[in-house]
Order: sequence, then structure tokens, then C-alpha cells
Amino acid sequence: MAIDIKHVEHVALLGRLRLSDEEKLALTADLNNILQYVEKINELDTTQVEATSHILPIRNVTRPDVVKPSPGPDVMLANAPDREESFFRVPPIME
Amino acid sequence: MNLAGLTAHQLHEMLKKGETTSTAITEAVIKQINQVEDKVHAFVTQTPEKAMEQAEKVDKAIQGGSPVKPLTGIPFAIKDVLCTNGIRTTCGSKILENFIPPYTGTALQKLENEGTVTLGKVNMDEFAMGSSTETSYYGITRNPWNLDTIPGGSSGGSAAAVAADECIISIGTDTGGSIRQPASCCGIVGLKPTYGRVSRFGLVAYASSLDCIGPMTKDVTDAALMMNILAGHDSLDSTSANMAVPDYTQSLVNDVKGLKIGIPKEYLIGGLDPDVEKAIKEAIKTLESLGATTVEISLPHTEYAVATYYLIATAEASANLERYDAVKYGYRTGEFDDLLDMYMKSRAEGFGREVKRRIMLGTHVLSAGYYEAYYLKAQKVRTLIKQDFDNAFEKCDVLLTPTAPTAAFKIGEKMGDPLQMYLSDIFTISVNLGGIPAMSLPCGFSKDKLPIGMQIMGRHFNEEMIFRVAYTFEQNTDYHTKKSPIAELAK
Repeated sequence: MAIDIKHVEHVALLGRLRLSDEEKLALTADLNNILQYVEKINELDTTQVEATSHILPIRNVTRPDVVKPSPGPDVMLANAPDREESFFRVPPIME
Repeated sequence: MNLAGLTAHQLHEMLKKGETTSTAITEAVIKQINQVEDKVHAFVTQTPEKAMEQAEKVDKAIQGGSPVKPLTGIPFAIKDVLCTNGIRTTCGSKILENFIPPYTGTALQKLENEGTVTLGKVNMDEFAMGSSTETSYYGITRNPWNLDTIPGGSSGGSAAAVAADECIISIGTDTGGSIRQPASCCGIVGLKPTYGRVSRFGLVAYASSLDCIGPMTKDVTDAALMMNILAGHDSLDSTSANMAVPDYTQSLVNDVKGLKIGIPKEYLIGGLDPDVEKAIKEAIKTLESLGATTVEISLPHTEYAVATYYLIATAEASANLERYDAVKYGYRTGEFDDLLDMYMKSRAEGFGREVKRRIMLGTHVLSAGYYEAYYLKAQKVRTLIKQDFDNAFEKCDVLLTPTAPTAAFKIGEKMGDPLQMYLSDIFTISVNLGGIPAMSLPCGFSKDKLPIGMQIMGRHFNEEMIFRVAYTFEQNTDYHTKKSPIAELAK
């Protein structure tokens, strides 16, 4: 299942990465190499095997819905690249 | 005597008797940093003023009659992937160059509550993705045993700082071997606890189902002292285990009589460096001479571990790293056409080559048409790998293997070939997939005088058995007492 540069461009859009032409070429080669290696797992028959997403015997951990103090907007906005009053500022998302 | 060269438990004894002060210890360590840091480059951010302030505060409290707890007044270095309130946390990435967290993670808070002294943040592969600390945006870290070799990774700054006596203890993280492999490369002790044993709150996520926080220390006793503080449930991390925490120092027993040590046959075949093989075989003989018996074990799915890991870890990483959107925190590009362009350019400029590679691989294996063939398949193979361990531990108390197939390799040697780099984690990766605990500790030296580590794996939540075997080995050998040439340099 080799992948081509068109597919790499598609994945880069999904992953929100603007790649240079040089990076696209290098990644096409790298990904094909790695994918060829990981194909190895298809040697195994796993039709009767359950998937493991994590190893702990816990599911749906819940807690009481209690209001606790929060740090407030100035603390939470302190690392924002751009802000206005109590908001994160971003380019327009609708025309 | 150079105080910087001692262990936490040695310094604790001196502090208790009033033979030294935290200020004197901290001064000695800062002096050591000033003497060797230009050669090693273990730190990304140093906080000497904060360290001296904390040390003075500790000394005043001790004078005032406060109890000297085991880690009170001990200077330590923090891997730069753990959030520290008010101290920049970069994850080795340009994208977080100016990120100052508004909170401190649970593991660090617990240590701080004991009165530890913060020296600063140490270097790592970008977002913990690497095995050599060469992918950091803040430059490479060098191995104090030989400056032309890598310190291992991703917790290479932690391991190098400990081996160079630039700190007394350190804290690292391990997703596929990132505590154990650098510990092996730098001749120190590193423990990856059971998944869920230590809260991950405040750890910047790489692969959430695999990430663990653990101690990196000069000897086994210091690792037990750190685990006594780090282990335990935390309501801020729903995946932390709600189980009683033992006193790990109770397991520091010099006795392995009657214990069964499993030797997985899949770990002692082809590709293993002869020096490593020799060191491991001698370690096995040492433990046998102390009364342990060894039994050959098979972990039949070992050869699938690296492939399984790189599918699961990159898939989780691609999802976790979506948060770097140049909106809430982190780097934002200077010029852009619209929102999508802002995302794509900021991320392309902020992330390094290896991080982009893993985001791409993870995004690909999760994308429509590939999810079942890669990601779901890998999760099923993960079950088989976990079952291998379950079966093995029916026949033995611990497993013993090399930590890495070779001693530290040369800087630059594997940067051109990602797959070769990934294979340096071949012996550590299964442990993360199985969620079990494992420790690396020094067990010999190569012909080139580079440290070699052995790995002891235990059952889920049975760190105690690992401590017992490791402590016994350490008490009957002297590898842990050897100092790196860089540590020796400064007196």
C-alpha cells in the first residue's frame, strides 16, 4: 500500500501542516519506508483478538459536578499570541 | 568532598545530623553546573536564584525545628515536558518557546511539598519524540561519559544532568523507553512505573495510553525515595490508579534467594552488541550466585512491538498535538491569509522535522480507509504483547533483559534514518505497550568505557519486586559508584 505525494498533501492538510515541496518528497519516502516496516503486523491473525486501548481495568471515571475556583481570564490569556479584552483573537472565520 | 557528587539519601543523612545545609548542597550543584554545562548542555532553562531561595527557606525551616523529610533540601532537575508554574516549559520545541504554564503538575507539586530545590528544566527530544535528544530545538545534549556520543532520549537532559552531577535527582518521562534508554546510556538508574501509578496531570501529552512519569537517579535507593512521593491516585488524572501506595524503601532488601528471574530468549538474539551481551550474561551470573534461579521465557510477539508502538504512539500524538493551534498559547506565524493558513503555517514553522513526521504518520493511520488496517490492528497486536507478559509472569517474578541493543551511539549516527533510530528502543517499547513497570540500572561498561544498562521488568503494580532485585544487584556490584569523566572533571 505505497503512498504518493498527492496522498501526503492530503494528510498534511488533515494534520494542518504547510509543507515545502522538499518536505513533501522526503516525507513520502520516509512514510513509505516506515509503513513497509509496520506491515509486519499483518503476519498475525487477530480475528479473535480484542483491541487494547489502555491497560487499566477502568472505564468512564466520573466525579461529582462541583464548582471550583478557576484562575480567571488574565491568567488563562497570558500565553495567548493575540488577545482582545477577555478573548483570544483570531482571523475572521466567516465572511 | 564535592556535595554535588553524593546521592539524595547520603545528603539526607548529613542534613539530619546538621553536617551540611541545603544552601551548601545547592551552591555545590550550581558550581558544578557552571563548570561543566558548556560541555554537556543538559539544561534548557536554569533557575539558580529560585533554587537558592528555596534552599534558604528549607534551611530556615530546619533550624526552626521542621522535620527533614527524605527529599527535603535536595536539588533536582525537571524534564522540560512537565508544567511548572511561572517557569517556561518548552517540550524542546520552538512552538512552546515562550510558554509559561499557569500551574504546576501533580508529580512536581508533590516533590515541591517535600521541600525539594528546583534547579531548572532539562533538555529532551522535541515533544519526547526521539531516542537521542538530538531533535530538541534548543540544541543537542552530550553524554558526560563521552562528549561525542548521545545521552539517549528522550529524557537525555535528565540522564546527562544526573551523570554529570549537575543535579542530585531528576524526573523524566517514558513513552517507549525515554527514561530507561537514557539511564542506560548515561550509567544511572531510571524507573518507568506501571501505567497509572503516577499522575500525569501537568505532563504535556505525547501518547496518552503509554506516557509515564518516573525517577532518574544515581542509585536504586534514591529511586525508591522518589517513588514514595510520586506514586498515588490523583483526582486530576482519571487514569491514575486508585490503589494503596507501599513504602518502596521496605523493598530495598539485599536478598534474591529463591526468586525466579525470567530471561526472554527473544531479547538475546541477533543485532545485540557483544559488549552488551557479555554484561547481561555476567549480571545473570551475579544474580544466580546470590541465590536467584533463572528460567528461559518466551515473549513470542516481541518482534512486532516496534511496529505496533509506532502506529499507536503516532496516532495518539497526532491527536494530542492538534492543540497547538496558535490561538490559546504557543507560536503564531507572522503573516497569514486566513485561519486555515494561520494554523498550517504556525504548525509548520513551530514543529521540527521528527514531530512533523510523526504527526503525518499518525494522521495517515487514523485517516479514513486506513484506520482498521493500521490503528485497530495495532491495538489488537498490543493485546497479544500484553498477554505475552501475563503468561511470562506466571513462570517468574521478574524479567531481565538489556535496556538497549548497544551502548550510546555517536552524535549524528542515526539522524538520517528514522527507522534505525526507532529500533534503538526495541527492548524498552513492549513494556509501555503492556503497561508494566521496568527499571534500567548500570551493569557494566563497553570496550569504549561507555555504560551499559540492564532492564528489570515486573508485574503490573509490582515495582517492589523490581526494587528488591535491583537493590540486591547494586549492593553486590560497584557500577553505580563509577563517575563519568565530566563529573570527575569538576572537584
